Amino acid sequence: MVKVVKTRVEFEGRFRDEYTVVEGEPLEGWSPKSGLKIVGRPHPRVDGAAKVTGSAKYTHDVYLPGMVYGKFLRSPYAHAKITHIDASEAEGLPGVLGVYTYKNAATLGFGGAEKVFKQEVTYQGDVVALVLAQDESVAEDALELIRVEYEPLRPLVDPEEIMGLDSSKDRIVGPKLYERGDLEKGFAEADVIVEESFKTQAALHNCMETHGSVAHWEGDNLVVHTSTQSVFNVRSALSEELGIPQSKIRVVSEFMGGGFGSKFGAGEYTVVAAAAARLLGRPVRIVLDRVEENLATGNRSQTVQWVKIGAKRDGRITAIHLKGLVNVGEDGWVADLGGPAKMMYHCPNVKVELYGVKTNLVSSTAFRAPGYVEGDFALESAVDELARRLNMDPLELRLLNYATRDPVTNSEYSSKALREAYLKGAELIGWRSEPRVVRDGAKIRAKGVAGAIWWGGGGPPAYAEVKVNADGGVTVLTATQDIGTGTRTALAQIAAEELGLPFSSVRVVLGDTITELRSPGSGGSQTLASMGPAVRAAAHDAKNQLLEIASQVYDVAKERLTIREGSIFRSDGSVLCSVGELLGNLGDFSVTGRGAREPNQEGYMVNTFAAQFAEVEVDTETGTLRVLRLVSVHDSGMVVNPLTFTSQVEGGVIMGMGYALWEGRLVDGESGVVINPNLNDYLVARCSDVGEITPTYVEPEDPHTNSLGVKGIGEPPIIGVAPAIANALREAIGVRLRELPFTPERVYSAIKGINPRPTTAKYL
Amino acid sequence: MTALIYPADAKVRLELTVNGERRVGEAEPRMLLVHFIREVLGLTGTHVGCDTSNCGACTVVLNGRAVKSCTVFAVQANGGSLLTVEGLARKGRLHPIQEGFWEKHGLQCGYCTPGMMMAAYDLLQKSPNPTEEEIRRGISGNLCRCTGYVKIVEAIEYAAQKLRSDPSWRSGGD
Ligand code: FES
Ligand code: FES
Repeated sequence: MVKVVKTRVEFEGRFRDEYTVVEGEPLEGWSPKSGLKIVGRPHPRVDGAAKVTGSAKYTHDVYLPGMVYGKFLRSPYAHAKITHIDASEAEGLPGVLGVYTYKNAATLGFGGAEKVFKQEVTYQGDVVALVLAQDESVAEDALELIRVEYEPLRPLVDPEEIMGLDSSKDRIVGPKLYERGDLEKGFAEADVIVEESFKTQAALHNCMETHGSVAHWEGDNLVVHTSTQSVFNVRSALSEELGIPQSKIRVVSEFMGGGFGSKFGAGEYTVVAAAAARLLGRPVRIVLDRVEENLATGNRSQTVQWVKIGAKRDGRITAIHLKGLVNVGEDGWVADLGGPAKMMYHCPNVKVELYGVKTNLVSSTAFRAPGYVEGDFALESAVDELARRLNMDPLELRLLNYATRDPVTNSEYSSKALREAYLKGAELIGWRSEPRVVRDGAKIRAKGVAGAIWWGGGGPPAYAEVKVNADGGVTVLTATQDIGTGTRTALAQIAAEELGLPFSSVRVVLGDTITELRSPGSGGSQTLASMGPAVRAAAHDAKNQLLEIASQVYDVAKERLTIREGSIFRSDGSVLCSVGELLGNLGDFSVTGRGAREPNQEGYMVNTFAAQFAEVEVDTETGTLRVLRLVSVHDSGMVVNPLTFTSQVEGGVIMGMGYALWEGRLVDGESGVVINPNLNDYLVARCSDVGEITPTYVEPEDPHTNSLGVKGIGEPPIIGVAPAIANALREAIGVRLRELPFTPERVYSAIKGINPRPTTAKYL
Repeated sequence: MTALIYPADAKVRLELTVNGERRVGEAEPRMLLVHFIREVLGLTGTHVGCDTSNCGACTVVLNGRAVKSCTVFAVQANGGSLLTVEGLARKGRLHPIQEGFWEKHGLQCGYCTPGMMMAAYDLLQKSPNPTEEEIRRGISGNLCRCTGYVKIVEAIEYAAQKLRSDPSWRSGGD
């Protein structure tokens, strides 16, 4: 029976109401104690063979007959007006099929053309022109033949500078305010107050597969292959821009090489490729190169934060005040730095004030736990300082102020085992059993801790189908994406478990809008908690149908039948038949089960939690900081696959280490030009850079989330890594570093009490 | 290797052994080997992550040595012998390195995986019994943005062990 229900849906801490259609009856919840046989086990990936043989096809690997290559000419200036542009020579180059600038962009035939091709460019990397050519090298040659004259305008890239300018008030967005209790009263009650300020840098996603799309038309139907976290987002954007119905657009993302938040939208390259393909009647491919990727697809926001915390002498926190500036680039969004300040601690008086500042840099975008990574660094560093002032163990201080209900809504958590995570992590890193600081010549080793909170409860709408084919093979069909996290594998486990069929018999088809099985974007740590229950429901429906069929064919009451390991059993334990036999006898018939994600239970806050412990080694002679060990303990509900789970944790942790130690967009403060938009100068962690990572989990039972008892794990591992390292560093050298990243120069300067040599290069 | 002077605008006919097979193809002298592999030979398992020699996604084995194929011109491979990810498996049997990456979960999105495996191939040819330290150093020219490398190291350890115990894989390194 089909039911329409209204439900509250969360995405990265933002809520909206959705109507959702649910089918079927609620299923009994799974938990780590349910005695599951396939879920909860370390199954290698179902797509492993495709990936290790090189046969997995990513968007970059799509080459179609007659395909045309599109390449953008991008602005070398952060802010300039084009005074003259002449593309005639480029147009005349053999093999060039078209050149577009702001002058003729409208002829490309999509709605927002004049927003993509502008006369005034407002960040380095902004689009100036597009070349379409029969091959890539011709396109590149043609770019060099476009004559452009610019009148450089003054770029503004530094939010702190902009806040001080009267003439730039229109660049300020907000404030975005949050308040609970009475802040003044909270500080008046405090015996100890710490006030700290922090700066965090812009980080670049650097997914290994750059953004790109290949578009072609089959009659008046558009097919787009694209590296995306949301095929449906891309489809709706294309529909709007091209003025064609969604039902005429198919968006495919079968394999994709990472997103980390940067691939939620269609992107101008996709829209332009689709429009150009329509115009030329040929497939068009636009794939960004690494420098374009780093200049023009967004970043984690740079921030400046002021944190003030008041506490009683016994450690009880009475007030938290966070003020933040968020560099949103041209027109990005103000990520919620205040999440941790609002949500981490039981504190009655909290105020958060956030200002977005528009600058002549590319618009910022989501990046793995946007806002929370930055905000948690400030909050958890400040809490560590508070512990020092109070002479308390920083772990004890955190446990003392532990929130047992969500402090924002005062509702219960669906589950929360952060305390257990802290205790497990403390044990693993030897927090209490070993000295916190060890000196070894010029080297000092020390430990630090930080906590993390995130979302990841998922919700509707999410739909799936499970087909059991005539030979007993199973196909799970949905339109969600597997951006590398292991979605395919987890969904296969869930379907196999519910059906009672072997894991090896399940294949998962996803990443294609043609299924029309609505799925959320792969982000916000919500894929598993949204899609998993939908797949389970579909498998349940399919199982019911199988049992019904068996009951009729063999004339046995359905209630007396079960499916295990591919066979249908009678209640006395004897085998009735195999599923393959049952369906094989019916001729060409396959069972199709349908499933929908059930609405979230009312009244519970679903959050994920992590305890991060770092052990670092500082070389006081060089300022080099090495993370020897990072213990990362998670409460993300029940774990479906320990292999994919720990892999997520390891990957998130290392990204957090990169953020703490090396990564950061460097911008020349005067020209607004990015100094390191490549993988040579922008440093992501290499294999030899990192020490030991210990990924682990506590597994609370959670009957209030969804029928699987699962929460997400994509983002929590990166949150809290930087402050855990910062706090360990503080412990080691006796000085707090308040600006990320902790480069050797900064660490060395802090140890020696000198100021690093100022240059015009800034982490913005 | 043949002479390296070619007219800039003309295409050059190349002949080389690719994954044990004779292949011919045409390339402009400026064409990078990685583009030749992907677009002319149609072997798209070798990926491009940067085309500036920083990421290693394009790593292949050329004349017995791992190279970043975005750092080599196609014409430089003329007459040579090339091994790409597509040539790792033999007679339908996965190479122990492939098996290791699958079994030990040495991948997430998989985009870096082919290059990573080719770097591992080179490493294990030179050093069949590497320490963890050697493995970490050996693949530090290959970036992975997803995994945190932990399971990649385990995958290579698995492969090393397997290769040592099964000598049939050690013959005929291309
Ligand atoms: S593509 Fe060759 S090293 Fe990155
Ligand atoms: S698995 Fe995604 S880059 Fe390595």
